[in-house]
Amino acid sequence: MKEIACKLLVIGTGPGGYVCAIRAGQLGLDTVIVEMAKPGGTCLNIGCIPSKALIHAADDFYGAVAMAAGKNAMGIRAENPAIDLAKTMAWKDGITGRLTMGVSGLLKKAGVKIVVGRAKFRDGKTVAVETETGQQVIRAENIVIATGSAPVELPALPFGGKVISSTGALSLTEVPGRLAIVGAGYIGLELGIAFAKLGSKVTIVEALDRILPLYDTQLTQPVAKRLSALGAEVLLGTKVRGMSATGEALLAETGDGEEKRIAADRVLVTVGRRPVTEGWGREELELDMDGRFLRIDEQCRTSMRGIYAIGDVTGEPMLAHRAMAQGEMVAEIVSGKRRNWDKRAIPAICFTDPEIVSVGLSPDEARAGGREVKVGHFPFTANGRAMTLSSEEGFVRVVARADNHLVLGIQAVGTGVSELSAAFSLAVEMGARLEDIAATIHAHPTQSEAFAEASMRALGHALHV
Amino acid sequence: MGEKIIKLPDVGEGVAQAELVEWHVNIGDLVREDTMLAAVMTDKATVEIPSPVEGEVTWRNGDIGDMIAVGAAILKIKTASDGGEEEVGIEPTVPASQPEPLSVGPEPIAEKPKPAPEITPPKQIATVGPKSGGVGQGAPRAEGEKPLAPPAVRLRAKEAGIDLRQVPGTGPAGRITHEDLDMFLSRETGSAVATGLQLNKSVQEVKIVGLRRRIAEKMALAKSRIPHITYVEEVDMTALEELRARLNGNLKPGKPKLTILPFLMRAMVKAIAEQPGINAHFDDEAGVIHQFGGVHIGVAAQTPSGLVVPVIKHAEARDIFDCAREVARLSEAAKNGTVLREELTGSTITISSLGAMGGIVSTPVINYPEVAIIGVNKLAIRPHWDGTQFVPRKMMNLSSSFDHRVIDGWDAATFVQRLKALLETPALIFVEE
Repeated sequence: MKEIACKLLVIGTGPGGYVCAIRAGQLGLDTVIVEMAKPGGTCLNIGCIPSKALIHAADDFYGAVAMAAGKNAMGIRAENPAIDLAKTMAWKDGITGRLTMGVSGLLKKAGVKIVVGRAKFRDGKTVAVETETGQQVIRAENIVIATGSAPVELPALPFGGKVISSTGALSLTEVPGRLAIVGAGYIGLELGIAFAKLGSKVTIVEALDRILPLYDTQLTQPVAKRLSALGAEVLLGTKVRGMSATGEALLAETGDGEEKRIAADRVLVTVGRRPVTEGWGREELELDMDGRFLRIDEQCRTSMRGIYAIGDVTGEPMLAHRAMAQGEMVAEIVSGKRRNWDKRAIPAICFTDPEIVSVGLSPDEARAGGREVKVGHFPFTANGRAMTLSSEEGFVRVVARADNHLVLGIQAVGTGVSELSAAFSLAVEMGARLEDIAATIHAHPTQSEAFAEASMRALGHALHV
Repeated sequence: MGEKIIKLPDVGEGVAQAELVEWHVNIGDLVREDTMLAAVMTDKATVEIPSPVEGEVTWRNGDIGDMIAVGAAILKIKTASDGGEEEVGIEPTVPASQPEPLSVGPEPIAEKPKPAPEITPPKQIATVGPKSGGVGQGAPRAEGEKPLAPPAVRLRAKEAGIDLRQVPGTGPAGRITHEDLDMFLSRETGSAVATGLQLNKSVQEVKIVGLRRRIAEKMALAKSRIPHITYVEEVDMTALEELRARLNGNLKPGKPKLTILPFLMRAMVKAIAEQPGINAHFDDEAGVIHQFGGVHIGVAAQTPSGLVVPVIKHAEARDIFDCAREVARLSEAAKNGTVLREELTGSTITISSLGAMGGIVSTPVINYPEVAIIGVNKLAIRPHWDGTQFVPRKMMNLSSSFDHRVIDGWDAATFVQRLKALLETPALIFVEE
């Protein structure tokens, strides 16, 4: 097969890779992208999007179940709600299918050549791709490694049979009667809550002594409360040992050495994700590492000239929007523009029930530097819109410097607060002060009013609390 | 509670508008009766506007440099007394020290830019620096702290190759704005030179208001209307200086000390008697020359408050001591700021004299609509060839400009030669012909 020469080669079509390629195409760079499965990467195929689809379906179903049980305060009644999870999955696959098609279309529109197959570096300028029709060699002036991440496997619980990863959980066609989840991070909790709503008896095992260790307890407490209300059991400080000999149950040991036997039809392991640093010929290169990750500088350059890395393979936080921003930046750098990573904040969201959103520093993180901070906290119990949504759990919290009121971080927990992340991110990125937010008119009646109120409260003059 | 509306009073006959040159009060200020509120300037003088009432200033109309029509409301003062809105007429205070802008030699204006009293402090625009305010405004960025800038500013800075840590932020919390970046970029281009000397590309904008604007307008008018002819001649002042020394050495009580000016004035009176066309106003729009019988000599002089041109009226009717007395009185009045408006107007010919600063030659600008101005240069001892040898003589140049439309070169030369003859043989000044 004839060699391809190009200006930019992107390995991986996840959110980082495809955005990088589209932007490069827009900028007129001769760009090739290699994908080994479907475009869209983990995010579109087995991550963000399908999990949100499942969570939405679970919410609707759970609502219907509550109606049937006569527990609906609005007076809505339903009878015998049922869910056909196979159909749910088909609906979800329809969404991901449309999105992956969309990505392919966008890449083509931008003039990007797509090569399907597994890529392997030969040297710092050459990549060989095993395609269905044979080996394709690509020479590129610049190469972007966007190989992403994969679920971490526990040696005691290898994937297979009852033991599934998030990918497996998102393709179940029957709701498991008893679902054991290992790991109380955001993936485990998002899926755990969804399956609890779908009717599974969920037990979550976490080795640490708290859920969602990336967030402070003020934020996670409403989620813990909700888990309990949904009948999910959370075993903290508990280590898994493996499956029982019969494969009937998950074996675990609590903090006080007590043996636990958790009968389970499925065991979902969500103990984190690892960067994909093998399988693409890293051994042919001289790339410095940063722990498990590829080391990059503020322009996403690796230790080798002309080789960039973006997304999950480069470190935490492993979030699609971080990868996209990196991809866009790298395309512009390759096209000759001056860019560097200068973001003030990367928002992070947990699509649990209730949702958690965090942008910038938490109060503790802000204080860690010895800085004096002002914290404003506004509960949704005092927000009219939240009441009409029957979602009064949660709050918005604003963290600002005490001296000049510069907003350092914004967090919220509550139903639907993920959409507030736009305002939060903009405020932090623009360098807003408490006064800027407090003086911005927030539409009524919306949950976003809590944002302005939290800022006013930090300034000492909240109106509705 | 009542409100007084302060209107711009009638500040002079035939004056329809005046330029606002200074606010003495701000909105919110408490004023007493007779507190000066503002100063306006007409062609002739600066007029101070006092408050007729006691109260709080609630409204102010106009910026420095604005032309305000007579009768226009300029201030509102909230008073404690009852009564609704009330308009108040005020007797303007015409103060002193109001220099009549006059065309004289270029030196006082060009080389000694002493701000006239009514010019507000220069408004500096090209200044950057973090503003700090109370709580919330925040202090400037602390050492080592990351610069705060919105993404678009960061992007522009990156593209321009600017390290934002170098850029002072004037926005809230020290945020770097697009304007801050503009300012930095404009300074950056041409950065530091190897010698360590810095280019200074700042531009200061100084609004031309008040007296300075009057002078500017009058100078432009004179130079655009009048084709100047400037004639320079040297004068041997040795004899006059001997006479002056003798007179000053035996001054009777009550007699003023004599400078060169009274002699020059008297010489001018004599020369004008022979050439009345020199002592005139040329009304170029009507096409008429007004030749004056009276010789009213304006004398341009620098005072601490700026350029002042008092007028010695009827020099033809004053003897040398009287001229000296009047010059002394007026210049003293000018320095004290007690000179009257009438004493600053009505000249028919002008002397421009800078004494020790007089230089060798100047090109005085005629005080429109006059037709001549006599410039006095510095007196100095210079070698003079007396036919057989060089002798030290006290020499002084006269640099005089004439309106060439109405005065021919010959006439100009004749006038100056006559002054030279009179000054070199001072007895002739006193001989009645």
